[in-house]
Amino acid sequence: MNPNFLEFEQPIAELEAQIEELRRLGSDANPEINIGEEIQRLQQKSESLTRSIFAKLRPQQVAQLARHPMRPYSLDYLDRVFEEFTELHGDRSYADDPAIVGGPARLDGRPVMVIGQQKGRDTKEKLRRNFGMARPEGYRKALRLMRMAEKFNMPILTFIDTPGAYPGVGAEERGQSEAIARNLFAMSDLRVPIIATVVGEGGSGGALGIGVGDRLMMLEYSTYSVISPEGCASILWKSSEKSAEAAEAMGITALRLKELGLVDEIIGEPLGGAHRDYDNAAKGLRDALIQAIGAFDGGDTDALVEQRYQRLTSYGRYRDTG
Amino acid sequence: MSWFGRLMPSRIRTETRNKGNVPEGLWVKCSECAAVLYRAELARNLDVCPKCAHHRRINARTRLDHFLDAEPRHEIGAGVEPIDILRFRDSKKYKDRLSQAQRATGEKDALVVMQGCVEEMPVVACAFEFGFMGGSMGSVVGEKFVRAVDAAIDNAAPLICFSASGGARMQEALFSLFQMSKTSAALARLSRHRLPYVSVLTDPTMGGVSASLAMLGDLHVAEPGALIGFAGPRVIEQTVREKLPEGFQRAEFLVDHGAVDLIVDRREMRSRLGGVLAMMTGRAPKPKDPALEMLEEPA
Repeated sequence: MNPNFLEFEQPIAELEAQIEELRRLGSDANPEINIGEEIQRLQQKSESLTRSIFAKLRPQQVAQLARHPMRPYSLDYLDRVFEEFTELHGDRSYADDPAIVGGPARLDGRPVMVIGQQKGRDTKEKLRRNFGMARPEGYRKALRLMRMAEKFNMPILTFIDTPGAYPGVGAEERGQSEAIARNLFAMSDLRVPIIATVVGEGGSGGALGIGVGDRLMMLEYSTYSVISPEGCASILWKSSEKSAEAAEAMGITALRLKELGLVDEIIGEPLGGAHRDYDNAAKGLRDALIQAIGAFDGGDTDALVEQRYQRLTSYGRYRDTG
Repeated sequence: MSWFGRLMPSRIRTETRNKGNVPEGLWVKCSECAAVLYRAELARNLDVCPKCAHHRRINARTRLDHFLDAEPRHEIGAGVEPIDILRFRDSKKYKDRLSQAQRATGEKDALVVMQGCVEEMPVVACAFEFGFMGGSMGSVVGEKFVRAVDAAIDNAAPLICFSASGGARMQEALFSLFQMSKTSAALARLSRHRLPYVSVLTDPTMGGVSASLAMLGDLHVAEPGALIGFAGPRVIEQTVREKLPEGFQRAEFLVDHGAVDLIVDRREMRSRLGGVLAMMTGRAPKPKDPALEMLEEPA
């Protein structure tokens, strides 16, 4: 099994292996066969196969893509989306949390504040970034940067990619709940536009802690949920093996959440997922961000805050029998 | 056992486990000190064990009944009811879980909001019903909380919330998560009106409720021994793979770490909060003893 491909992509992996094989044989092969033509034929087949597999992904499969080890992380996008970026560190009271990165950046010439959750690629980096699970100081750094953005009138762009806020002893001691709650509170009335984009895993309160704003976008194969499918399955089904069912029931994909009116926009990914083509994935994100920010140009700040309040308090479905 | 029950340390689990075996009788055994208590006396003592002062969980209406003056009282959002928007089904249908919880508690959902007075000061008070699916927060809890905030603003009254919740309700998925930002936004608005918000954290206050409305008070008051935190102890134990320190995530631990202002015994909750709220709203102090006041009154 090719580790670069997920289980449900194995038919594609086999085709790709054949293409590789043909390429390797190259001109040494039987001159009777036109290698170039054969490769092209297989490539077309591979592409249409990918298209058909990706057209009907189950939520559980989307979750696998969202967590793909090669999926671009916030810093991969930062490099490609912005012309300039200066990373700032620390919450000014305890520490710097590498699971959240942020700082002023320039998007299409315009100064913005960028804040993103950051996972690590190799083992050492994964540990340093704590698998993208922020501690209270991470949320407090994010809040410090958001206040700075408000002061200097910079729109805030956040990138969500976390399994959740870190469940650890120190995190509890330093007030994980309070740190997240404080961000929700503050973000609800910051006087600059806030655009949140889920680029990978939107894990519960840990994601929401930098996710409140005027517009919520999701990359095509990202997920957003109140609890991980595994966590949900182990609690409600009493078996973590039922995570596919849990993913289905909760509706964690961009498509489903847009249907439910919880997400404003889905940003398309390159065929086969963002990890197949970082540059094009970043371009899609950049275009969507430029457009989203543009919508707030010349707007009145009081109206912005009032609209955000209406938006945030409109979430929820219930019956009112008076 | 409920999912939340399994998260709890065995020490507090006993209470609910034994419930099934002991008939609803005249006597209750304290889960902490094992003292056998007369139910009526326990109720008079606001469900605090007279022997060891263990604070038993109480339901939302009893809570508000203890806290508010007898008159006037007006319930807010009584007609807000849950719906199963996702047709969620795990080992059981969400719809069935809802009707079961409604029958068991007599509540429509996990939050009760009441407008009333504390020592004659108008307030809005909410209380979580832990017996309703672990006090979990879904759309109804979020909506009723926002209406509580609106009522507080309309009446220029302080808001008090007694939380007891395992967190966000999984069966309403992302709708539940977004109740965290919904309730927090409402509290930001309340704050702009310079109205006090007292969050009373009772056993247990965890997850999405703790990471939103419960941790945004001007004042954080906890009941003794209450379990308060973001992640459940079991989840943390599995993550860090070590035994958690004694008293971890208990009310006293949160005071030590600066997250809670003070611990207040349930039997003093009304007078203590009444006193602080009077200061925050610039009201005259309540006379210490009505008899003394009468003596000082000019003839």
